[in-house]
Amino acid sequence: MSSKVSILAAIKGLNLEEKPLPDIPDFAVATDLVETYTNSLNGNKGTVVSKEELEQLIAESEFPKIYSSSLTFEKFTNCQLPLHPAGFADLDLAIIEGQVASAENAAIWLDESNLDLRAIPFITAHLVIVIRKENIVGNMHEAYERIGMTKSGFGVFIAGPSKTADIEQSLVIGAHGAMSLRVVIL
Amino acid sequence: MNHPENATVFLKDVARAKWHDETLWIVREKRDATIHQIPEWEELRELASQIKDHTLSKLDFYLEELEKNATANGIKVHWAENAAEHNQIIGKILEEKNCKDVVKSKSILTEECHLNPFLEEQGIDVVDTDLGERIIQFLKQPPSHIVMPAIHLKKSDISAIFHERLHTEKGNIDPVYLTHAARLHLREKFLQAKVAITGVNFAVAETGEFVICTNEGNADMGVHLADTHIACMGIEKLIPRRKDLGVFLRLLARSATGQSITNYNSHFRSPSPGKELHLILVNNGRTKQLGREKFRNSLKCIRCGACMNTCPIYRRSGGFSYGSTVPGPIGSILSPGIDLKKYSTLPFASTLCGSCSDVCPVKINIHEQLYEWRQEITKAQGSSLKGLSMKLADGIFTSPLAYKISGQLMRASLKTLPDSIIYNPLNVWGKGRNLPELPTESFKDWYKKNRNRA
Repeated sequence: MSSKVSILAAIKGLNLEEKPLPDIPDFAVATDLVETYTNSLNGNKGTVVSKEELEQLIAESEFPKIYSSSLTFEKFTNCQLPLHPAGFADLDLAIIEGQVASAENAAIWLDESNLDLRAIPFITAHLVIVIRKENIVGNMHEAYERIGMTKSGFGVFIAGPSKTADIEQSLVIGAHGAMSLRVVIL
Repeated sequence: MNHPENATVFLKDVARAKWHDETLWIVREKRDATIHQIPEWEELRELASQIKDHTLSKLDFYLEELEKNATANGIKVHWAENAAEHNQIIGKILEEKNCKDVVKSKSILTEECHLNPFLEEQGIDVVDTDLGERIIQFLKQPPSHIVMPAIHLKKSDISAIFHERLHTEKGNIDPVYLTHAARLHLREKFLQAKVAITGVNFAVAETGEFVICTNEGNADMGVHLADTHIACMGIEKLIPRRKDLGVFLRLLARSATGQSITNYNSHFRSPSPGKELHLILVNNGRTKQLGREKFRNSLKCIRCGACMNTCPIYRRSGGFSYGSTVPGPIGSILSPGIDLKKYSTLPFASTLCGSCSDVCPVKINIHEQLYEWRQEITKAQGSSLKGLSMKLADGIFTSPLAYKISGQLMRASLKTLPDSIIYNPLNVWGKGRNLPELPTESFKDWYKKNRNRA
């Protein structure tokens, strides 16, 4: 007997009475979504920057290798998309367009239509996500409603930079992934 | 395995035990602060509990749905009856890929199955990539907490092991410096590994996708750089609908650490072109637990660790004192279902204060199940010393004369008996407890004297 058969048979054999699956109601959300989003992101150790601030930062800082899959900042791209993601091990800055943002926790949804390579938002040293104001929703329920059943092989909610508190509960930013997250709200 | 004995070892280092207690309580306070910002918190808990109850009541149906939809997405689904089969499936995939180096992100299931020692025996180098897990892997220790695996260690311990293994400066205990050293070390491993192993936080039946939550981004670094991703999940990790994730992602991180959400919440639905994605569904005793009516809903657990952070016993005895993969209150109701004899002391490692049930995001009645397991264990063990004293007490309380004499005897003898007799090893209740100061007379005598006073 295969394990699939034995596991399913063991469950069926219990003859459990079906319990109801609840509907998820709508919950009240913040009125000022941009302000709430900004505060949530600060809590996660990310920062909201304006388009001009980002452009100035790029002009002033040393980001030798930049890749933008966001059309708004396409002009800053100065490298080719590698065949293997390891080719981006030295990527300094990635700029990606986000689809939906949840104000309650600053999480932004990105899927394969935004990511030219799945590894980009993780392997880059610094990450910028661009989100349009009208795509900021109140909470995770509304975010999933927006995403709906869209099919993408991979999708991710990113809410801040890579972080850890595994050494005596001291918060350190930049564990394995991006060492900073900046969000541009357009 | 004996919890009180192990706890005694933990408590020998008084300063460290105090730090452990206080640090976990801070995490509990952070949780409180964050949930108070969510007016619908209790409603979310109830929803999560009902969604899990529903899923468990139709687990066979949802498992088949998951397999069907995941397979259609291009995921290779495997079924494992037990830990050995789970390990063999992974061993076989690695053999086919001729792979000797794997990176693994945090997975309590692979701990439960003892995957690392199994693979190491086959000459495979397994690198745990969560920072806390890498630290304890260097020290050859198991995790002492499911969310904060190295919570039992101090900066100086970590500095010492990093000096030895990663050649960091001797005595440098700066967490930023140490984390950066680990980042460089693990990045090399990520770039080399051809196969990445992960756990699963939630699997969605209707879409055939699964979700992994991390703060470090280590799961994503592993799987997106490797050619093959193997994800391992217990069969209870299922939820029916994608929108249910909205409920669970709001609850998980807030309960675990007080964050509003983990920074990376990755949804895997199909492999990247040219890559492979495997999903292993593991039973390992879960269907047995599902069959135990009183303990069934322990399978609702989403592994947030909130019950550990709040538990007065866990905080003061440390994760290792439980001797089981999942420690703390939830571990104490899961482990006896796996091996009643081995884990017989765990349901007693509780004050039954109920704080664990209060903080549980899926409303598992943990403290009531602890009490139920005590009944089961007492039945299985037959009479004990405690049982004997209860019988004795029963005799004393039914006879007024015996009650009167025993009271007088007690007051006289406890004053004169040396501590070595009162706190002897046979008296398990004497351990860690002090007797109250004894009154000079009984209430009965006092009443006789005072009854006629105005």
